[in-house]
Amino acid sequence: MEDKIIIKDLNLYFDTHHVLKSINLNIKANEILSIIGPANSGKTSFLRTLNRLNDITSAVKISGEILLDGMDIYKKGISLPWLRRKVGMVFALPVPLPRSIFENIVYGPRLNGVTSKDRLEELVEKTLKSAFLWDEVKDRLHTSGTKLSGGQQQRLCIARSLALEPEVILLDEPCSGLDPLSTSKIEEALYELKKQYTIVLVTNNTKQAARVGDNVAFFLMGDMIEYGSSEHIFTVPNDKRTEDYITGRFG
Amino acid sequence: MKSRENLIQFGLLIIALSTIVILLLIALFILKEGLPIILRVGIKGFICSTHWSPQQGQFGILAMIIGTAWITAGAILVSLPLSLSCAIYLSEFSTPKVRGTLKPIIELLAGIPSVVYGFMGMVILFPLIRNYLGGAGPSILTASVILGIMILPTITSIAIDSLQAVPHSYREGSLSLGATRWQTIRMVILPAAKTGILSGIILGIGRAVGETMAVIMIAGNSVIIPKSLLDPVRTLTANIALEMNYATGDHRQALFATGIVLFITIIILNIIAHTIARGGVEK
Repeated sequence: MEDKIIIKDLNLYFDTHHVLKSINLNIKANEILSIIGPANSGKTSFLRTLNRLNDITSAVKISGEILLDGMDIYKKGISLPWLRRKVGMVFALPVPLPRSIFENIVYGPRLNGVTSKDRLEELVEKTLKSAFLWDEVKDRLHTSGTKLSGGQQQRLCIARSLALEPEVILLDEPCSGLDPLSTSKIEEALYELKKQYTIVLVTNNTKQAARVGDNVAFFLMGDMIEYGSSEHIFTVPNDKRTEDYITGRFG
Repeated sequence: MKSRENLIQFGLLIIALSTIVILLLIALFILKEGLPIILRVGIKGFICSTHWSPQQGQFGILAMIIGTAWITAGAILVSLPLSLSCAIYLSEFSTPKVRGTLKPIIELLAGIPSVVYGFMGMVILFPLIRNYLGGAGPSILTASVILGIMILPTITSIAIDSLQAVPHSYREGSLSLGATRWQTIRMVILPAAKTGILSGIILGIGRAVGETMAVIMIAGNSVIIPKSLLDPVRTLTANIALEMNYATGDHRQALFATGIVLFITIIILNIIAHTIARGGVEK
């Protein structure tokens, strides 16, 4: 499979704090890459370098290259809205905007100039179906998105990022606050979605990484310790620290 | 030991209650002094008549109500674009360090004595308006501009706080959906902060309605119904301050009655501001 994103010697600093240390990693198209590691290992910061969301925090410094389809996304003149439409993101805490379900989904496309009502309605139905939420909300699309349950809100957030028709979807511990049933619904959705999208999933749940990830990267204190296929990492990891982490001996 | 604790607690309670008692006493006193004349002239005769000539026993304050309304509306029109831009810049674009420096400086504007504002109006705005727009100088326009600056810190400071109270996740959510920063502000942050900003505006209106010294110096104080922005007007507050010195009998009562109108207006504005603010928190 071809490489969708190529990361070369990526370093990230917040002020003087060295958050990511010389990361080299290739993310293949139409795979789910899981990123695992204990808290403060730089997983979320890494994810946020991929759509340049770290840039909104002041005092952030980045070196190295991130190539999306061969183009350096940190090159001068890259439009951030354009990048963020191509690389969608779903956060750990689902935060629908304080608008209706419908408006949450069409928010991005509208800003991008989609105005046809038919097209927007079609997008809402399609994305809600992809996020396995359509059946639960189809009769109340115009009620507030913040009134949904946690699991539904998270699927709404997935749907709204799909509405931008991105190529890559970043998920930052999307199931951290959810019950097992909601979690399995989201995993089911991810499994379907990878046919069309490239997915990077940060998770604290190693079992989830094993279930849905094609490849797994293990981060520790800003270093990427090990990268490999799920089967390999979860059965015969090369590094002692990886083994310690996935068997629950630390972290 | 226990009784000593109780004594302190009781003492503090009395002191706390005394502020409420003071408020009640003021309200009672104004009502006692002002209500008789309102009852005699009738609420309609008092509020809806434009004839104010105490020597002839004419006590209609409509001209002053209109004067206050014009100046307040003008002040909001002057202040709103400035204070909102200020608040948006400081909350959304500046670094925390710049915000930390500039916000207290803006709030310092509220600490300048109002007589200084009035003085600036006389010295700077009078000649400008006289030379470029006509009229004598003292006018609705002058008072609106100066009052607009005076209420700037109130609205700016409350608007910054409400913008900062919008969850950071709304910003990230919107940005990650491909919105620019300005689109995010316009479509997500301002609507979410709307109630807080609105209550700031209403508190600003309250300040403008209640301002006296600067207004006396620059509004002209003529008891007329204004026909243009360059006409001089008298406000409710100015009416009381200008005439209380020599007023006796019915005239004095009519001034207290003007105070009742002001008092009720301010109370209503404050209640609205608090209701809006509370509604904003609960969602």
